[in-house]
Amino acid sequence: MPIPQLLVHDHKDNVGVVVVEGLEANTDMLCCVTHDNSTFKMTSNAAVPIGHKVALKDLKTGDTAFKYGEDIGKITADVKKGDHLHTHNCKTKRW
Amino acid sequence: MTSEYSNLTIQGYRRENGRVGVRNHVVILPLDDISNAACEAVANNIKGTMAIPHAYGRLQFGEDLDVHFRTIIGTGANPNVAACVVIGIEPSWTQKVVDGIAATGKPVQGFSIEQNGDLKTIMNASRAAKDMVHFASELQREECDLSELWISTKCGESDTTTGLGSCPTVGNMYDKLLPEGVYGFFGETSEITGAEHICQKRAINEEVGERWHKMWKSYQDDVIFAHQTDDLSDSQPTKGNIEGGLTTIEEKALGNLEKIGRTSKFIDILEPAEAPQSGKGLYFMDSSSAAAECVTLMAAGGAVVHTFPTGQGNVIGNPIVPVIKITANPRTIRTMSEHVDLDVSGILRREKTIDEAGDNLIEMIRRTANGRNTAAEALGHREFSMTKLYRSA
Repeated sequence: MPIPQLLVHDHKDNVGVVVVEGLEANTDMLCCVTHDNSTFKMTSNAAVPIGHKVALKDLKTGDTAFKYGEDIGKITADVKKGDHLHTHNCKTKRW
Repeated sequence: MTSEYSNLTIQGYRRENGRVGVRNHVVILPLDDISNAACEAVANNIKGTMAIPHAYGRLQFGEDLDVHFRTIIGTGANPNVAACVVIGIEPSWTQKVVDGIAATGKPVQGFSIEQNGDLKTIMNASRAAKDMVHFASELQREECDLSELWISTKCGESDTTTGLGSCPTVGNMYDKLLPEGVYGFFGETSEITGAEHICQKRAINEEVGERWHKMWKSYQDDVIFAHQTDDLSDSQPTKGNIEGGLTTIEEKALGNLEKIGRTSKFIDILEPAEAPQSGKGLYFMDSSSAAAECVTLMAAGGAVVHTFPTGQGNVIGNPIVPVIKITANPRTIRTMSEHVDLDVSGILRREKTIDEAGDNLIEMIRRTANGRNTAAEALGHREFSMTKLYRSA
């Protein structure tokens, strides 16, 4: 497999992790679901640092972010597929 | 049942109580903060010894004092320590530590400063320490089963790559070695928050799971909610975690729990610095998530090798236990390679499987146990931090 730019833990997830340095906007990313090594392609909308997340689909305020197949928090601002997803648009539901 | 991991051996130090150590330290251990200077003077006099200064030990009481004694005694009793000098301000508590360490059968001698002064104490303790160096330096490594090791884990400066690479590598190692009979330790009570429902299910049975949940909840209620100012967003996830891409405590906790693999179950819960009493298997130690505090407690509980996954690059070490750093983050390997013992970034490039990375870690544990100095040892990282439950009297 060529080196993927984005890894996704689980098929239920709606976010993936950038695993290369210097990812630029409009990159046609090779994405890999680590659970079974299946792949898909997706375009990044922004330059996203290594380790940071990208939304795999359009998400609305109030939606739940899933990673590891689990609830990791709520969406706090509308997000487009391919957008950078982090503390500016996602937050724990605990407080 | 035998597997390819059944007959692995290491060259270790067989101690008087039968436990296997992988280092051969002669330690000069202060009971309390005001005995640090004398301990450091002894360690300066006698080459081949190491003082372990720390910040506490006076006017503690109750459970907080119990944790202090367990930590000091457990450190001296650890099989990576061949022999130990203890120095305290007064004889009574000093003797309590000496007796605790002496239960292992190893050479230990106590000295107290009151009515003697630093100089006389340093002279007497130096003579004892010199004899211990002669004793320890003649001990030979011998072949021991890898399964006799007690292996702890705690991650630090986590990011999203720890959940993808370095934590599952540790988990894979535990899934392979726990069935062979190693003792395992994980903990970080506050960092399980967000995945507590999943952690509870990893207990060996419902009773242990319920005890675990009670312990976790009591930390939430008595410490977090009692002392929080707004929410925990400033400290959990930490600024470093957020820089590394972790957004919420749930995301951080799920990555953290990857350290116990797919099949491993924990068999019991330990108080901070408590030694396991329920036989071989995986234990959860109630512990801080701060790296130095947590590794100090696990070493006092008896762990002889520590596996430390990191994302953004934590630099921690420990005075008596080798801390093996594992990272999958290619940027950390590029910028901080001197701190990394095992590079598993191939997992992110899909060049290496978790199974292969787990085997790589087992090999690194063997090499470390055989004597290879870790990055933290070579760089002189000897962080020893006492856990304090509340203010001293």
